[in-house]
Amino acid sequence: MKKYLLFILAVAFSILLTACGGNNKSSGGGGEANASETVGEDIEGATELTFWTYQEQHMKIFKSAAERWNEEYPDRPIKLVAETYPYDQHHNNLLMAMQSGSGGPDIADIEVGRFSNFLQGDIQLEPMNEYMEPLKDVLIPSRIDMYSKDGNYYGVPTHLGATVVYYNQEIMDEAGVDIDSIKTWDDYVEAGKQVVEKTGVPMTTVETDEHWSYWPLVSQSGSDFFDENGELILSNEKNVKTLQFLQDMVYESEIAVTAPGGFHHSEEYYGFMNDGGAASLMMPMWYMGRFIDYMPDLKGKMVMKPMPLWEGSDAKTAGMGGTGTVVTKTSDNVDLAKEFLAYAKLSEEGSIALWKQLGFTPVRTDVWDSPELQEDNEYFDYFGDYIWDMVSEMSAEVSGIKLTPYTADVITELQSNVMHSVIREKSQTPKEALKQAEESIRGKMEAGE
Amino acid sequence: MLQSPTNDESRVRVPNTNKGQYSPNPNPKGDKKQNRVIRFLNSQKVAPYVFITPFIVSFLLLTLYPTIKAFTMSFQRVLPGQSHFIGWNNYERIFNPTFYKALQNTTIYVVLTVVILVVVPIVLSVILDSKLVKFKTLFRASLFIPSLTSVIVAGTIFRLIFGESDASAANQIIGIFGMEPIEWRYNSWSAMFLMVVLCCWRWMGVNMLYFLAGLQNIPKELYEAAEIDGANVFQKFYYVTLPFLKPITIFVITISIINGFRMFEESFVYWETSSPGNIGTTVVGYIYQQGIQQNDLGFGAAIGVVLMLIIFVISIIQLLLTGAFKRSDE
Repeated sequence: MKKYLLFILAVAFSILLTACGGNNKSSGGGGEANASETVGEDIEGATELTFWTYQEQHMKIFKSAAERWNEEYPDRPIKLVAETYPYDQHHNNLLMAMQSGSGGPDIADIEVGRFSNFLQGDIQLEPMNEYMEPLKDVLIPSRIDMYSKDGNYYGVPTHLGATVVYYNQEIMDEAGVDIDSIKTWDDYVEAGKQVVEKTGVPMTTVETDEHWSYWPLVSQSGSDFFDENGELILSNEKNVKTLQFLQDMVYESEIAVTAPGGFHHSEEYYGFMNDGGAASLMMPMWYMGRFIDYMPDLKGKMVMKPMPLWEGSDAKTAGMGGTGTVVTKTSDNVDLAKEFLAYAKLSEEGSIALWKQLGFTPVRTDVWDSPELQEDNEYFDYFGDYIWDMVSEMSAEVSGIKLTPYTADVITELQSNVMHSVIREKSQTPKEALKQAEESIRGKMEAGE
Repeated sequence: MLQSPTNDESRVRVPNTNKGQYSPNPNPKGDKKQNRVIRFLNSQKVAPYVFITPFIVSFLLLTLYPTIKAFTMSFQRVLPGQSHFIGWNNYERIFNPTFYKALQNTTIYVVLTVVILVVVPIVLSVILDSKLVKFKTLFRASLFIPSLTSVIVAGTIFRLIFGESDASAANQIIGIFGMEPIEWRYNSWSAMFLMVVLCCWRWMGVNMLYFLAGLQNIPKELYEAAEIDGANVFQKFYYVTLPFLKPITIFVITISIINGFRMFEESFVYWETSSPGNIGTTVVGYIYQQGIQQNDLGFGAAIGVVLMLIIFVISIIQLLLTGAFKRSDE
């Protein structure tokens, strides 16, 4: 008898300990919000709306919108509770809340890489069509289509996310390269050789742990990871060629190095770049904020330009990254939440606030000419006042991206296998690596049918 | 699971003097109903169950229910409002290269941490227990403090120490010995090293405390007797100390194996969920990546069930080998 008791005890014990693993995990990440702020708590009878985000900066937009709203509509005030959680925790909490149908916020930010997770099953998000459709003519189509499914727009976009090349003017001058002469990627490589030869500084850096060096190029070349029907086309000819281009920059022409720290958001990288570690860098425009916050020594030295062109193509940029803000079905005040969200991010004031407070290029093209956007601010101070001219020049050709439920798998494959073996180790050819990744994702797609 | 070497049958048996009639009613005219309830709760048969209720309830609600739910989910495709059963599909997909890689990493990690976290703490505790060492409390405290920190916080610091630039602390130290800077987070051997170092740094002190407690139970007479027989320090350690530490050792090994298999944070702090070439992916990290990040809870649950079976089988084998199931009087 005692033997069996011990046996049962052992079973219970191992179950208990396995279960504890799950608990520790969430407490390890911190159960509390990183930052939490409330607007309008002193207004009597205000309707409470909660907003979750993963990026503390985004709270600014909603806080200022709530203040404006309460002045403009004193008869239906809002009490806004905004909370920031760490990236992973935020999306996981939100996904669990949607899965279980309770405990979610009224309004939430969802990062583009995670957005497709929320478009499966019975969609727990409210369509924003009534606010988006009237503005269709002035919104950049590719930036609203990526948050839509079956004709419903679920996410309100945050910015254009146009990819640009940031050149360090000082290094380029030292090398005797005229930035304006760089028209195509071939010119870019030639200029890179001159930079390396004259200054000894690499022309650019390539990410090995993330996908921001690869995806924009893929998108600019007119390809993507999925076609418009959602078919996986990861290893198509264009994508292989593009990855080969990156590998050649590192190993053939030797004008690029792998990004210190593995990706362009690492502490090591900020330090490297700030010390003039590379002559240029390709990242979307939202990376401007990183320059201002982490690379103060480069102020006045960096120049933004549209991406060099691929041969035979006019695409000057690629829309990358982004955040779709959504209203959840579980909200108690769906209509108010939708109206407030549109007020905060789609209205003219909201769009202007996105630029003034966060330096984001609003997706509403009709506000780009407004005088408020031409006023001096820290972004003009850092980069110069040509920003809007450049944006207008590029905007006709913003290529979009196609998101599917398997986008997250592609990103995981790129991060953990493809970029590592092709760029860092050079242990596989681009074709092999992409084929292998494609097979692994296809296996999952077939199983998931 | 732990058994003291004494015969515990006799200790458990309480003298049964007033069986059944435990508390005679002091107030015969009082509320009979309440009386009966109290008497029922107080009776020797019921009282133990009353005391263990909190554990049973929390076990049923927080452990058994989720476990059963996980079993069901592992046969489902879980989507909001559209969950449906898909048979063995999730299990068929488990045995893929990434899972094997994760299992391999986890197994190596378990073996390394178990060996290090048993051998070193025993040695440390013996040293700290000897009369020769000064400032014992200081050493004890400083070895224990790491376990109070959060893995996430400590891991972030470790990540900076083991940065791949020439200026990172670890690369400067090995530079003193004339070694080339290492890209710590990108080699498979150094990835394992990083995880093991973080884990050992954190748990060393706790395991040492277990062994220190175990050392207090060894009768001093045995050492005296051994000395009279002419045993040297190592012989005393091997023939007296180690056998007495066996129950603690079994306990520590069991805990370390189970903790090792469910390791997650140590890998997460270095690479989050996708490490280059999966050199840092662990089984639980894989569950997290697939189940939560990629919204495939059914598949995640299936990996979880497989992991639980693995832990269960290994624990049973280990307990059988160390004789934990043997009756103490056999």
